[in-house]
Amino acid sequence: MGMTLTEKILARHAGKDVVAPGELILAKVDLALGNDVTSPIAIQAFRSLGARAVFDRNRIALVPDHFAPNKDIKSAEQAKMMREFAREFGIVNYFEVGRMGIEHVLLPDEGLVVPGDLVIGADSHTCTYGALCAFSTGVGSTDLAAAMLSGEVWLKVPETLRIVLSGRPGKWVEGKDVILHIIGEIGVDGALYRAMEYAGDGIAHLPMAWRFTITNMAIEAGAKNGIFPFDAATKAYADGRAKRGYEVVAADRDARYEAELSVDLSTLEPVVAFPHLPENTRPLSLVGDVPIDQVVVGSCTNGRIEDLRSAAAVIRGRKVHDGVRMIILPATQEIYLQAMREGLMEAFVTAGAAFSTPTCGPCLGGHMGILAKGERAISTTNRNFVGRMGHPESEVYLSNPAVAAASAVLGRIGGPDELG
Amino acid sequence: MILNGRAWKYGDDVDTDVIIPARYLNTSDPAELAKHCMEDIDGNYASGVSAGDFIVAGKNFGCGSSREHAPIAIKASGARAVIAGSFARIFYRNAFNMGLPIIEAPQAVDGIDSGDVLAVDMENGILRNETKKREYGIATVPPFMRELVAAGGLLNYMAGRRKGK
Repeated sequence: MGMTLTEKILARHAGKDVVAPGELILAKVDLALGNDVTSPIAIQAFRSLGARAVFDRNRIALVPDHFAPNKDIKSAEQAKMMREFAREFGIVNYFEVGRMGIEHVLLPDEGLVVPGDLVIGADSHTCTYGALCAFSTGVGSTDLAAAMLSGEVWLKVPETLRIVLSGRPGKWVEGKDVILHIIGEIGVDGALYRAMEYAGDGIAHLPMAWRFTITNMAIEAGAKNGIFPFDAATKAYADGRAKRGYEVVAADRDARYEAELSVDLSTLEPVVAFPHLPENTRPLSLVGDVPIDQVVVGSCTNGRIEDLRSAAAVIRGRKVHDGVRMIILPATQEIYLQAMREGLMEAFVTAGAAFSTPTCGPCLGGHMGILAKGERAISTTNRNFVGRMGHPESEVYLSNPAVAAASAVLGRIGGPDELG
Repeated sequence: MILNGRAWKYGDDVDTDVIIPARYLNTSDPAELAKHCMEDIDGNYASGVSAGDFIVAGKNFGCGSSREHAPIAIKASGARAVIAGSFARIFYRNAFNMGLPIIEAPQAVDGIDSGDVLAVDMENGILRNETKKREYGIATVPPFMRELVAAGGLLNYMAGRRKGK
């Protein structure tokens, strides 16, 4: 019996020839990561074990991105705890404010995650790196503590849902629309405990930035991980960045999949997820009249340079609607610089948008754009749960960057084609 | 051991943002987190819960973020266990790693209302709704995870392995 992409990577890291769904394995970790919210609990747990050293100081990444630059005194204390731990234990990949970025954009861009890797992170969107044909999944702080000590993690080998993509996406359709469409089809627990493995000739039409968006939101379908096969685009991305050598993994022809879903990309239109679950999707044409107070473009889902280009192309030469606050958050310092060089920053600021230093910020209701009672935002982020961006009686709608930018101009949810 | 307590009943897809909103994630102090547990869906929970009560919910409990603050808040609030139709995987993992019992009981949860008195027999896999006089079987835990629980959670399990080396 052949193996899926996920099974192959897990087997390799568990030192086994073959693994099968349901099997519990102890696997070697190529990289373990934490942020300013999850690391403090991991650090306390790590210290409680009386550990004198981490398993490998090159293979741990600590990124203050959630409430950083520190939003209040308590956040500052948490960031300080992480910084001091990084110094004490010689953690090589600690990224300070001013050199940092949102972890799931920063780490692959820095070449710290490479194809074929097994990565765990104390952040649910760690599943993002599957775009690189790596296995990556979110865990809690205690798991991070254990991995920092041992370099290992216990995992149950998941069943795999195969998603076959065909066709070429139409105008204004981006990676975000592909994953929102899938979550709308299968639901927020439609891939619970499973791997989501992408296949099909439609993949060739998906740039890496879109693939990162798609695997980033695997967790929003309940999945353990999302994963794309390795192809020319993966190679081009990885070869310019990889800080380690990598081995290419491919699924076996006779791999066993629990279920299969087909998506014809050419039939999709931009998708909007209504409150309060990412599965409450509607095609843009059926959204109706939804006035908005705030627009957010950023996050580990859609804060890449391609996302800023998409939003800037729509907003350039136009103005943010009188009743709307638009906030742009480039995901890393490098993307921030690139946005400056390309004139994207100027396009946003001229249009009347706020342009922020990298942070997760408003995505999780942290800071830099919290909603008041009754307010409504459209956002390129990943979750629209009750209270996610602020007051429990505020609302978040999810979309791609082009739709978010068009909505900023319109003052209501709408697409770029509606702009004169 | 049989656990006895009252049910606090919620619906499907209870996410970690309502279990413990991100505005409180600037601390990891269990007592502080417990004060705000379930705040955004039930303002009465944190003040009304009694030690030994159960949180009962539908499918996909704990979906969303990986924040371990969620099971920490629930455990510190006094709840003895969470009973749900199904659990999101990171929450499931976190609960085990830190010793919050969680019980998958898809047949039982529909018939449980807030305030019902429940008795849970973990060893024999039985959940009894004393109020409604009904009894259900509950899923047992895989052997490896029983080992984790027996060791007292992942950290103790790890400490044991380190000593063995």
